[in-house]
Amino acid sequence: MSVSSSPANSPAASLSQSSPAVAVALSRVSKIFGRFAALRDVSAEFSAGKLYAILGDNGAGKTTLLRAMVGLARPTRGTITVLGTDDLRAATAEIGYMAHPTLLYEEMSGMENLRYFAALYGIRDHRPCEHAIRAVGLDPALTRRVGQYSQGMRQRLSLARALVHDPKILFLDEPFSNVDVVSAREMVHVLAQIRDRGKTIFIVTHQAALLEAEADEFVCMAAGQIGARTRELPQSLERGGPPASATL
Amino acid sequence: MRRTFVILALLTLGLLSYALYEGLVAAPTEQTMGEVQRIFYYHVPSAVTAFTLFLINFAASIIYLARRSPRADALAVSTAEVGVVFCTVVLVTGPLWARPVWGIWWTWDARLTSTLLLWLIYISYLILRRYSTSGQTPVIAAVLAVFGFLDVPFVYMANRLFRTQHPQPVYFGGPGSGADPRMTFALLMNMAAFFAFAALVVWLRFRLERARQDFEETQALEALLQPDARSPR
Amino acid sequence: MSLGEITSVSLAKDLRLEWRAKDAINSMLFFALLVVVIFSFSFDPTAEESRHIAGGIVWVAFLFAAVVALNQTWARELRNQVLDAYRVSPAPANALFISKAVGNFIFVAVLEALMAPLFMVFYNLRSIGPAYELVVVAILATWALVANGTFFAAMSIRTRSREVMLPLILFPISIPALLAMVSATTAILTGEGAYRFWVVLLVVYDVVFTTVCLLLFETVLHAE
Repeated sequence: MSVSSSPANSPAASLSQSSPAVAVALSRVSKIFGRFAALRDVSAEFSAGKLYAILGDNGAGKTTLLRAMVGLARPTRGTITVLGTDDLRAATAEIGYMAHPTLLYEEMSGMENLRYFAALYGIRDHRPCEHAIRAVGLDPALTRRVGQYSQGMRQRLSLARALVHDPKILFLDEPFSNVDVVSAREMVHVLAQIRDRGKTIFIVTHQAALLEAEADEFVCMAAGQIGARTRELPQSLERGGPPASATL
Repeated sequence: MRRTFVILALLTLGLLSYALYEGLVAAPTEQTMGEVQRIFYYHVPSAVTAFTLFLINFAASIIYLARRSPRADALAVSTAEVGVVFCTVVLVTGPLWARPVWGIWWTWDARLTSTLLLWLIYISYLILRRYSTSGQTPVIAAVLAVFGFLDVPFVYMANRLFRTQHPQPVYFGGPGSGADPRMTFALLMNMAAFFAFAALVVWLRFRLERARQDFEETQALEALLQPDARSPR
Repeated sequence: MSLGEITSVSLAKDLRLEWRAKDAINSMLFFALLVVVIFSFSFDPTAEESRHIAGGIVWVAFLFAAVVALNQTWARELRNQVLDAYRVSPAPANALFISKAVGNFIFVAVLEALMAPLFMVFYNLRSIGPAYELVVVAILATWALVANGTFFAAMSIRTRSREVMLPLILFPISIPALLAMVSATTAILTGEGAYRFWVVLLVVYDVVFTTVCLLLFETVLHAE
């Protein structure tokens, strides 16, 4: 094929190709708390532009994995590379994180919370905040304090906080817990759109079925290690059983 | 290692015994203070030893903050613990000496106040180490040690003025001025003996701490190799 | 955003939160009042004697009130683990330190402004030296307590018995500053004593320890 007509070289083609870039790479990562190893010698590569569902029983190490990738838990051993750098402090501007606790101030309204956190990322404008709040299905004009939100609303606002600075990678720890099914489906839809714009998303969840359609990969964890990585939802996990040994 | 330890221990024992003899028997009795003055041979070396140990702790803490070396941390905790013991000796022997000689238990002069402050700071350092729930206890402790040690010059400066506002007994009026050479000798012997003793104990504690660190390392490795049967926190 | 901008945003947020959680301020103010009353009962001297000891009593009372305030302001960052959101962001650690320290300074200054007149009343105090010097001492002294206090409160977050740990590690280190602030205040109230020396000592203390705090705060914030 001549160079000019090769589909691989045309701009449109390269956009539709899945990006070869690696978003997060772990190399022999272990995280040990005294006698308990939350992560045991984990090595993995996660490509950019995909939505990863991280599944596993309680205590499998899912939360620790997420915290290690955002830089909150320094690995006892091994290195983590995010967006090409192993200095996780440098990558913080491109990372969005949502955790079990809401990471919000109860005495402020949703918009006030978001404007503060946006400022930490250098965003002075109020429009990204409004946009993020609307994206999760809440009303930016709501002046009620977060302390008076329902649990589901808090969850959604926490997600908005993770989104406000349009990060390249999102790390979400159980974003759908305490959220009703309809809202959860909307959130999945929003997240899929974000993924379609080229962002990478990691979602730790116990509700794998919600992501059945949109997840690019299901990553199963058990006893501090990554087991199977599959494109399809592992049937055994729906019943809470052990991860299958199938490989990608 | 064992042989070195035995040799050092014997040397220390020898020094301490000889120094004890020198201090309590051989050195001449002080004219004005009498036998009580002999506490001096324990008080001063303890103070110098304590201060030296805290100085080493300061250095070790800085090295730890710069390099995160476990050996630096082991040295830091060892010198802190032994330093506190020697500092306690100073604070106890001081009043015991002062009371019969000058009629007062305590006074706020620069030296006493600095010693008390160092003692307080390092006790708080040890408590912080014990109560810390963080996996990074050595870092936090090292930070506190830096703050603590930097504080001492301020106490000294503050006391220089404070002191002139309160009448102070002369502390080393005795041996400093025209001292009997045997007294100086006794003092130096005790200084050497206390240093040797401190070095021995610090070394023991250091090795204990290193052993503990290694044990944690091993536990961690074991945890890596097999899934933990207990349910996690 | 620059360090200054993030600092002021954080400070504004803190002030807003303090204002909203009024029950915290109210209980703090009441606590401060109680401290003044209890001290006045315990130390009930004549007007002449009171001038000599008031400096000490006042600053010990302020110290206790400050410790309660310091614990309060960090407690808010631990609810819902909001501090993690800051740690995960690119915002510089020192911006958080400065904003918290300044916020605490304002908070404690408000408490002092309330407690001082009460002390003057209960002890029938009148200063012999110029009164503006009292303000200078108050500013320097409060910063000495608050700067180290904010830093140590952040350190004590990761300990058991957090509320006890803060005074435990803060008090020994604050002793020289306490000595200076008490002596300076007494010097002003009685008109005798080396006021200038103590003020210089406080200034040097403030400079040295604020620098150390700024150098080491990042380490402490990011320790797990």
